[in-house]
Amino acid sequence: MPWRTCWGCPVPELEAVIGLEIHVQLATKTKMFCGCEPSFGDEPNTHTCPICLAHPGVLPVPNEEAIRYALKIGMALGCEIAPRSIFHRKNYFYPDNPKAYQISQYDIPICGEGKLGDIRITRAHLEEDAAKTIHVGESGRIAASTASLVDFNRGGTPLVEIVTEPDLRGAAEAAEWARLLRETVRQLGVSDVNMEEGSLRIDANVSVRPEGSTELGVKTELKNMNSFRFVQRGIEAELERQRELIGAGGTVEQETLHFDPVSGALTSLRSKEEAHDYRYFPEPDLVAIVPTEAMLQEARDSLPELPAERTARYESELGLDEAQARLLAGDPEQATYFEAVVAAVGESAEPRVVANWVTGDLTAALRASEDAERPEAKPLADLIGAVASKQVSHAGGKQVLAILVADGDADVAEIIEREGLAQMGGDDGELASIVAAAIESDPAAAEQIRSGNGKAIGAIVGTVMRKTKGRADGGEVNRLIREQLGL
Amino acid sequence: MADLLDLTVAEAAAKIAAGEISADEYGSAWRAAAATDDLNAYLWRAEHSESLEPDWNGDGESAPAGEGDATPYGSNAPAPAESGPLAGVPIAIKDIFTTQGIPTTAGSRILEGYRPPYTATAVRKLTAAGAHVLGKTNMDEFAMGSSNENSAYGPVLNPWDRGRVPGGSSGGSAAAVAGGLAPAALGTDTGGSIRQPAALCGIVGLKPTYGAISRFGMIAFASSLDQCGPFTRDVTDAALLLGVLQGKDPLDSTSVGIEGGIELPSREDLSGLKFGVPRELGESTLDAGVRTVFEATVAKIEELGGQIVEIGLPHAEHGISAYYVIAPAEASSNLARFDGVRYGLREAGDEDLIEMYERTRSEGFGAEVKRRIMLGTYALSSGYYDAYYGQAQKVRTRIAQDFDTAFADVDFVITPTSPSVAFELGAKTDDPLAMYMNDFFTVPMSLAGIPAISIPGGFAAAEGASKLPVGFQIAAPAFGEQKLLEAAHALENVLGVSRA
Repeated sequence: MPWRTCWGCPVPELEAVIGLEIHVQLATKTKMFCGCEPSFGDEPNTHTCPICLAHPGVLPVPNEEAIRYALKIGMALGCEIAPRSIFHRKNYFYPDNPKAYQISQYDIPICGEGKLGDIRITRAHLEEDAAKTIHVGESGRIAASTASLVDFNRGGTPLVEIVTEPDLRGAAEAAEWARLLRETVRQLGVSDVNMEEGSLRIDANVSVRPEGSTELGVKTELKNMNSFRFVQRGIEAELERQRELIGAGGTVEQETLHFDPVSGALTSLRSKEEAHDYRYFPEPDLVAIVPTEAMLQEARDSLPELPAERTARYESELGLDEAQARLLAGDPEQATYFEAVVAAVGESAEPRVVANWVTGDLTAALRASEDAERPEAKPLADLIGAVASKQVSHAGGKQVLAILVADGDADVAEIIEREGLAQMGGDDGELASIVAAAIESDPAAAEQIRSGNGKAIGAIVGTVMRKTKGRADGGEVNRLIREQLGL
Repeated sequence: MADLLDLTVAEAAAKIAAGEISADEYGSAWRAAAATDDLNAYLWRAEHSESLEPDWNGDGESAPAGEGDATPYGSNAPAPAESGPLAGVPIAIKDIFTTQGIPTTAGSRILEGYRPPYTATAVRKLTAAGAHVLGKTNMDEFAMGSSNENSAYGPVLNPWDRGRVPGGSSGGSAAAVAGGLAPAALGTDTGGSIRQPAALCGIVGLKPTYGAISRFGMIAFASSLDQCGPFTRDVTDAALLLGVLQGKDPLDSTSVGIEGGIELPSREDLSGLKFGVPRELGESTLDAGVRTVFEATVAKIEELGGQIVEIGLPHAEHGISAYYVIAPAEASSNLARFDGVRYGLREAGDEDLIEMYERTRSEGFGAEVKRRIMLGTYALSSGYYDAYYGQAQKVRTRIAQDFDTAFADVDFVITPTSPSVAFELGAKTDDPLAMYMNDFFTVPMSLAGIPAISIPGGFAAAEGASKLPVGFQIAAPAFGEQKLLEAAHALENVLGVSRA
């Protein structure tokens, strides 16, 4: 190992270097090169024709909708769109590949360099999906199977393959970025991006190198991890394997690995020597893709505000913290609602407070009951305003919210009045006497508080809250307790 | 009977349309003629009584009735239209075109018994114009060959001398028309597979501009070169068929059609037209008899008012080398689908999938096909691509530029179609390179994608044969078919038409 010249010296930290290859199945009406409808879960071999079964003499005709979708993805990822791109044939024999070549793109992809978040995109290109092979036998793997069956329903479904630069530095970061990508593509409306059904598939190229080095180590490719959790666990397992291997003086071999999420084991699918020579050459049955200015404009105009942009805007314009901004931006429907509430609240509360209500209390209230319905922006804004101006305590506000989502009742002031939830002021003596009674009923807690155990105050606060049915302001109750205990 | 068979397609179609002869009578006369095939020209004939239902799963059994209508690519293939420019005309189809429910082998054992579930666009265009399928003709396996000796179903014999080859790869189509077994036939030309057999059989063969006719349903050999075209007795019939066949096809992205269509040619003279003779022709290896006929034909052009100009095609001599890299490279990929998984021959492996692939392909393909698959696979391999495939594409570009330069000065380029007359069966089977040289004059036009026609120029003697046809090739700029057909028509008038 060139980096480790002295066995007695401290071992430098090995930095993770990760790049992703993501396959996105496009939700077009027909397959990439024929008129069959793509399908998931239908009776095998019911969505096929001479073209996608590669009968002799057939020719591919590109799906224009798939090209438009690829342009959208490319633009959403900030990619340079190629004025002219071409298809290549990738040749290999396998029963899931009926032509024995996959029509893909090679040196001139439809989408060139781009960026999503901090991660650079190398390229995004169009290709067709393979059919599905089913190995009959107990293992479900080819090795011990008695027969193999092929279902061509999936064969020829349009795919966009997105390739990143090796910019990711950890398993969690990779999974997090993959979620952002999924959300971005989902919001474009071009794919179901469902990892379990395989409409989103993630492979990872993983290597390690000494911290501070700019060279790339030998990478391995992790295949088809079908959930974000498995992406993270698979990469973690592979990083650990590589670090241990190098730590023990070994070297990483270039190979393709399969991660088994059940056992956590990594098994080699093929080594570098077994790698295919795909004999790429330009597909002579197709002409170049030359998007017209109108197609480009249409794709540009159709782009919604995407998660990364929205997150940045919420941080800079609305002062949300990053986690909160990203949470909202990941759900455009909720984000739109949030913005409507912010507008309705006006000056009476910070957007940050509105975000807490929308992502916290409201989400919890909606989850609490099946019949719960989200209120209009206006009543929620009224409620947030009422809490902010201390007309109602936060706890009381949650009770109002429960009524808003349950009954569709929209008059917040009336609910507060009707339910007697108006916040108790500190000046009329009523709250002070309830506090005094609570202290008296729990002398042990009072003694602990006096002797410096701050946590003990919770018991007395709880008693007060029960007595006041949440109408008291927690801060005020705290203040009164300490005052009455002479602290 | 005999006079019915003497009619050209244009004449017969006109008489049928006018009610002078009956389509049934004409059709059965040709079916009877085709039934006398002793040239091994046909692999399947319409008189065969077998079912026309498609074989959906390749097991040799027809699907239940009605299922044929489910495909968007047409119900049972040859249901000819009642009227149209070819109403009542039977046409022989090279077995490389898919015909729904009718066996289609491309001359290969690997497709023995295969009955396609759809019909090629070119065949559908013919039937839509009223023609019907007379039969499927023999050919070199997957169109690889220049003598028809590479067919898995035996060689085709030349009707002028049964000890000689008809040329290839569309040998069955050429022999059928020359031998009076079909009034016209469909063929394909990748490097000369229409023009060379037309020349060796003494008939007209036209290779249109790449993209003029749809390739959908034409079993691919070399996709960037393959083009469909007609074999006919005269130039008028070639124009008639081209007019029907040409056109943009939504199922073929590379098809464009010929703007304005094709009219029947009427030109009688060649005045004002310039014919370019490549100066490189002087150094070419040519049979003496072929050279004599070429020179006599050049003299005829001048008699008709045409002007002969010397031109240069400096890169044409590398055409064969480039062609035998590009065509096998594409073929190695195109023929990979014959893997025994979905249709055609399957030789089961005892061990695993790889063994099944190997045995199926070893048994299914003939020697020349295997040779080209290996050549092509090598040429595309990592580390060799630039030196072979990349370099060949550069040569191809240069050859196309040569033609562009030439056509700036002349209307046509003329050459002999083939360097020799029909050779004896077996004469070149042991020497693939000698066989490849048959394509010397036809390959450059294929690489450039331009149209070229072979018309009968005259006859030459060969050892043991006193009279064998010699072809004369005329090439025109891309999509210049109308002009090409007009010139060929004028020249044909003075050269005469002949039959074996």
